[in-house]
Amino acid sequence: MRKIEAIIKPFKLDDVKEALNALGVTGMTVSEVKGFGRQKGHREVYRGAEYVVEFQPKLKLEIVVDSELTERVVDAILKIARTGKIGDGKIFVFPVEEVIRIRTGESGAGAI
Amino acid sequence: MDSGDTAFMLVASALVMLMTPGLALFYGGLVRSKNVLGTMLQSFICLGVVSILWVLGGYSLAFGPDVGLFIGNLDWFALNAVGTAPGPYSDSIPHLVFCAFQLMFAILTPALITGAFAERLKFSAFMAFTILWSLLVYAPVCHWVWGGGWLAKLGALDFAGGTVIHINSGVAALAAALVVGKRKGYQREPFPPHNLPMTVLGAGLLWFGWFGFNAGSALSAGEIAALAFLNTQVATGAGAVSWILAEWVRLGKPTTLGAATGVLAGLVAITPAAGFVGPVSAVVIGLVAGVVCYGAVIAKERLGYDDSLDVVGVHGVGGLWGALATGLFASTAANPDGVNGLFFGNAHQFFIQAVGAAAALVYSFVLSWVLFKLIDAVIGLRVPLEDEVQGLDLTQHSETGYTWT
Repeated sequence: MRKIEAIIKPFKLDDVKEALNALGVTGMTVSEVKGFGRQKGHREVYRGAEYVVEFQPKLKLEIVVDSELTERVVDAILKIARTGKIGDGKIFVFPVEEVIRIRTGESGAGAI
Repeated sequence: MDSGDTAFMLVASALVMLMTPGLALFYGGLVRSKNVLGTMLQSFICLGVVSILWVLGGYSLAFGPDVGLFIGNLDWFALNAVGTAPGPYSDSIPHLVFCAFQLMFAILTPALITGAFAERLKFSAFMAFTILWSLLVYAPVCHWVWGGGWLAKLGALDFAGGTVIHINSGVAALAAALVVGKRKGYQREPFPPHNLPMTVLGAGLLWFGWFGFNAGSALSAGEIAALAFLNTQVATGAGAVSWILAEWVRLGKPTTLGAATGVLAGLVAITPAAGFVGPVSAVVIGLVAGVVCYGAVIAKERLGYDDSLDVVGVHGVGGLWGALATGLFASTAANPDGVNGLFFGNAHQFFIQAVGAAAALVYSFVLSWVLFKLIDAVIGLRVPLEDEVQGLDLTQHSETGYTWT
């Protein structure tokens, strides 16, 4: 099993969710996060004084999938969340040792 | 006595009263959320403190029988001899109504200054300053211009308070910024306004109340009130438009805060001229005010003094422009009881306006500077650094503006 963490632009969420549903991804966790990469911040102006705000609002998607699905999920996010402009985000893939559904106690791929 | 005039002046007084809570919203939105209540309270409590001062001795010092063309005497202490019969300043309204109308100005003026030292001054120091300044600076300057003092004798025009209120408070604000010093982190970290919608609402209430301020200064519901009312509207709109255009050209985008501040610049600038100029002149005064005040606010960043909410740039510079503009654009075609300014063939009026502005500038700056130094020596001006970082709401007042859940 793998956990895919994707930092994406907020307006891409709906499209990414639909694409992943189509692949058979059954759930995901979404958080509003702030951060910066090479894009750095944006500029704000108050009465002529300029401030650079370093942190940009982004969404973090956490998705746990069966290992064989990993590549297709990553490809789908890459395709959908890309605008080609700086600040599109990143994808991280982690190994997952165990998944346990709290309601039933079942574990492994069946609990995803 | 005239019931129409009296009704008009009661409403105008109430409108001017609304400007102070409007100012509290305007300033409150501009500070960081940890200082919103402390900032708003400094405006709001003036409604209480100055009201008491005014009844006791403030009104008498400002408008009472003249002493040496400098200040009023204390014959009207505790409003002795100020009653429901018409007073010396108007035949058509009760003396008490004039007193109440002028009280609203006296409340607003020290409240304006609070923008300069926002986010770092001890509440006790603010109270001491407000009381002393109201009696020692506001009352005399008010007397000079409106109470039969030397500037009135000289013929200086100040319809609704460009010199008395805006130059006066703007210059006190400069003294405040210089004596009190910069906020921790000024020009190293951003101090973005925490709630601009609140600031826009405050600007709207100020604009609304300003009709009472300017039109009411005619002291009767007649032709001059009508002139002042329309001039107030068009100059203010022009101020907002010219400020955002200047921003647009300089930085590529017009901003909401720019429009709200341009409104203030236009209002301030038209105040001394409101009943003396024609509407086209008013538009020009407003247009110039937006650009000039924007420039003054940018200059602050370069000069490096920390006038937190730009009282100097907007009220000081806007008031100065308005006072001088009155000497340029005043016209007897607009107000037969007024005089002509430089553009209508009377250069001498411009000179008088400059003298009046300069006198208020010097007097207010020196006295305000001394008062701040004195208070610093006796009770201290600033909160401890730790409290400044924590925010004044919690450390000065034991409350917070917002509960985050």
